[in-house]
Amino acid sequence: MNWKLAFTGVAAACLFVGAGMALSPVSVAQDAQADARTLKPAASFQSIASEQERSVALFQEAGKVIQHPRCVNCHPATDRPLQGASMRPHQPPVFRGDGGMGLPGMQCTTCHGAENIPVVGQADTIKSIPGNPAWHLAPIEMAWEGKTLGQICQQIKDPARNGEMTMDELVEHMAHDELVGWGWAPGAGREPVPGTQAEFGELIDAWVKTGAACPTS
Amino acid sequence: MVTFTLNGQERTFDGDPDTPLLWVIRDFEKLTGTKYGCGIAQCGACTVHLDGMPHRSCILPISVVEGSEVITIEGVSGKEAEAIKTAWAGLDVPQCGYCQSGQIMSAVALLQMVPKPTDADIDGAMTGNICRCATYHRIRAAIHNAANSMEG
Repeated sequence: MNWKLAFTGVAAACLFVGAGMALSPVSVAQDAQADARTLKPAASFQSIASEQERSVALFQEAGKVIQHPRCVNCHPATDRPLQGASMRPHQPPVFRGDGGMGLPGMQCTTCHGAENIPVVGQADTIKSIPGNPAWHLAPIEMAWEGKTLGQICQQIKDPARNGEMTMDELVEHMAHDELVGWGWAPGAGREPVPGTQAEFGELIDAWVKTGAACPTS
Repeated sequence: MVTFTLNGQERTFDGDPDTPLLWVIRDFEKLTGTKYGCGIAQCGACTVHLDGMPHRSCILPISVVEGSEVITIEGVSGKEAEAIKTAWAGLDVPQCGYCQSGQIMSAVALLQMVPKPTDADIDGAMTGNICRCATYHRIRAAIHNAANSMEG
């Protein structure tokens, strides 16, 4: 009887200690998850005294959107788009074609409509087919797949690799472009990019106004 | 109420606007040549022409079809369709046949856009039409034959 009590006590102590040890990594992980779903407001970066460091920090925050699979999947390094959170090659196999709209007979619009289309009676992992009126691939010079945030930063400032956009046009594109905006409303079964498009636009705007400095990596 | 043209005839549908076009074609219009394969635009069995372009009818809500012209395997016509039909029969392309109406709709659309397709053109256009009997070699040869027959 005494032994049983002793074991019960040890077990209870283990459970207690175990729970206590688990708390901090769990809460850290929860913070990280919440951080990945939100964007810090551009104004919150005012506390960084150095304008250059503030600019880099603003772009790094915007990078949570730019490097998200929802964005990179259609900025591939090859002619084939990527698909899903795991960024696997698109199935069925489709390729860039004229204007990033696909090849004759197998264009984006063969399957993708103007809106996300829910599907029923499918596996839990397949909830909808994504869509947008402007659905297409970014041009190859705008490929982001496999690049660091610093490389992407330099790239989107370069008119030869950003569709000859001025910085004002770039801010407008990020803040208001409808296909960019799809990232925040990607349809059932797909994780949206963090924050809102307005918050993202404000980050890019503040980044440009602070000199559009780029991360070193 | 959705009004559209199906194989040249005006049709209406007053059911749930989210109903996929494939269900309207098969269950309401009783045109069963267009097949259900996967339901998520992965296999191509449900391919029809919407305003002249190939589309996967299994994921196309009927509400989107308002005012459009839908052509199915039962109604596809014209020189490309005739050339494909002759070439398909000539090589006895189908095995089980389940995917073939989708294959043919994609092949006809390809020839309408690219009258003399290369192997790469054929691969590009037909890659979304899966054939479980792997008749791909005959499909490719038949498309070439159809293109050649249209030249004369």
